[in-house]
Amino acid sequence: MLRRASMLLACRPILAARARPFSTDLPAAPSADATFTEAWTKVIPNMDPPKTPLSFMQPRPPTPSSIPSKLTVNFVLPYASELATKEVDMVIVPATTGQMGILPGHVATIAELKPGVLSVHEGSEMTKYFVSSGFVFIHANSFADIIAVEAVPLDRLDVNLVQKGLAEFTSKLSSATTDLEKAEAQIGIDVHSALNSALTG
Amino acid sequence: MAMAALRREGRRLAPLISPRTITAVRSSPLYTTLEDEGPLGVRHISTQVVRNRMKSVKNIQKITKAMKMVAASKLRAIQTKTENSRGLWQPFTALLGDLPGADVKKNVVVTISSDKGLCGGINSTSVKISKGLHKLNSGPEKETKYVILGEKAKAQLVRDSKKDIELIITELQKNPLNYTQVSVLADEILKNVEYDALRIVFNKFQSVVSFVPTVSTVLSTEIVEREAESGGKLGDLDSYEVEGGETKGEILQNLAEFQFSCTMFNAVLENACSEQGARMSAMDSSSRNAGDMLDRLTLTYNRTRQASITTELIEIISGASALEG
Repeated sequence: MLRRASMLLACRPILAARARPFSTDLPAAPSADATFTEAWTKVIPNMDPPKTPLSFMQPRPPTPSSIPSKLTVNFVLPYASELATKEVDMVIVPATTGQMGILPGHVATIAELKPGVLSVHEGSEMTKYFVSSGFVFIHANSFADIIAVEAVPLDRLDVNLVQKGLAEFTSKLSSATTDLEKAEAQIGIDVHSALNSALTG
Repeated sequence: MAMAALRREGRRLAPLISPRTITAVRSSPLYTTLEDEGPLGVRHISTQVVRNRMKSVKNIQKITKAMKMVAASKLRAIQTKTENSRGLWQPFTALLGDLPGADVKKNVVVTISSDKGLCGGINSTSVKISKGLHKLNSGPEKETKYVILGEKAKAQLVRDSKKDIELIITELQKNPLNYTQVSVLADEILKNVEYDALRIVFNKFQSVVSFVPTVSTVLSTEIVEREAESGGKLGDLDSYEVEGGETKGEILQNLAEFQFSCTMFNAVLENACSEQGARMSAMDSSSRNAGDMLDRLTLTYNRTRQASITTELIEIISGASALEG
């Protein structure tokens, strides 16, 4: 019985050290909102306060004094992280105001994306994706976060289907009656013409 | 009543048989063992009750083992999806920070729970946290409303907070979870509920045995601007230039809606993962319990059986020795 007790005592610190299983999630920021935890413990003393997303995120580095040489890009989709903290030279995103190039040292910006081509330039290589829509955040420390709803490499697009889709939505727009149908048909046309120009241009 | 009838029979045949020893029978107070009559009036202690119980416990053990396997395979499928979706909410938190302590007038608590039961205590934890948030954000001019996803939370919250519930959504996992479905859901919520802050309560999946209750806060555009002006964590939001659109407010509105749908997607996936993991461990402990129970019942069964054999032997031997004289 004593042996078992000592084994338990020896095991517990090891278990505590092994409590972090995934490498996708590193609990880093310790200052996870102190005001919230205080308010919680005052009102509900019996329960532990729930965790907040800040405690599950790695903190970002602060703005450096000189412009860094590379841009760090996070390109995320709902079902995958295409690029995670990848260092690149330049990224061109299809913002609503047109193609926007992002270089290291770009001013902090929030921009909405429209359907179009996103290209990532790393040295001499260039990878192109067709992006449906999303947002891009450029932070002052040369970090760029691109969040898109759907993105495919250009070689996976079929030209014939794109043409067919474009024709279909154009006919839908002409036969649309309500505003909702018109808006849906217009969106379809926008996406398909962007696809078209991406494939041909 | 059966005992009385048996006793009558016993009294009728009493002169033929020697007094019985029934101490062995009374050793297990939990089981009322029936004494039935065999040929020549020899009494056997019936093990029927114990045998029935053993059969049902064994069946339950098989069922819970099968449920554990099913939960394990479902967990494997959804775990990869969840890990891939973890990158989705991080950019928003990096940009807008996380202000769970923001003081707002209209709070909406979105509680995510499962539809099916037998998954341990995760749904109760989510409901407790939601009620805690309600209490935390109560005060003059402040109100908290609930949006409930899943049957289990609905059952618990409808009991005492019926007037605060805005929307109830169930059968979320009928089709495999995907972003389109969740974004339609998020759209519905945003359309029908007025909010200053949306707090999503879910169980974050850390490992197969560990689920952390988490709350993600999404603030509406007005509150974001208010916090940005007052400085603090969102103070440098103004330094971000906003491209496109006619007004900054329009883009920020789209941003808030996109943030909500992305955090909802991740939250729903994490909760589904936690549900399967909790079900696995619940079913595992249940089958282990059933195994223990079966061991104990087997011991009782053997004891009862041996006692009845001993009784028979004693009766036969004492009867034979009585005949010999």
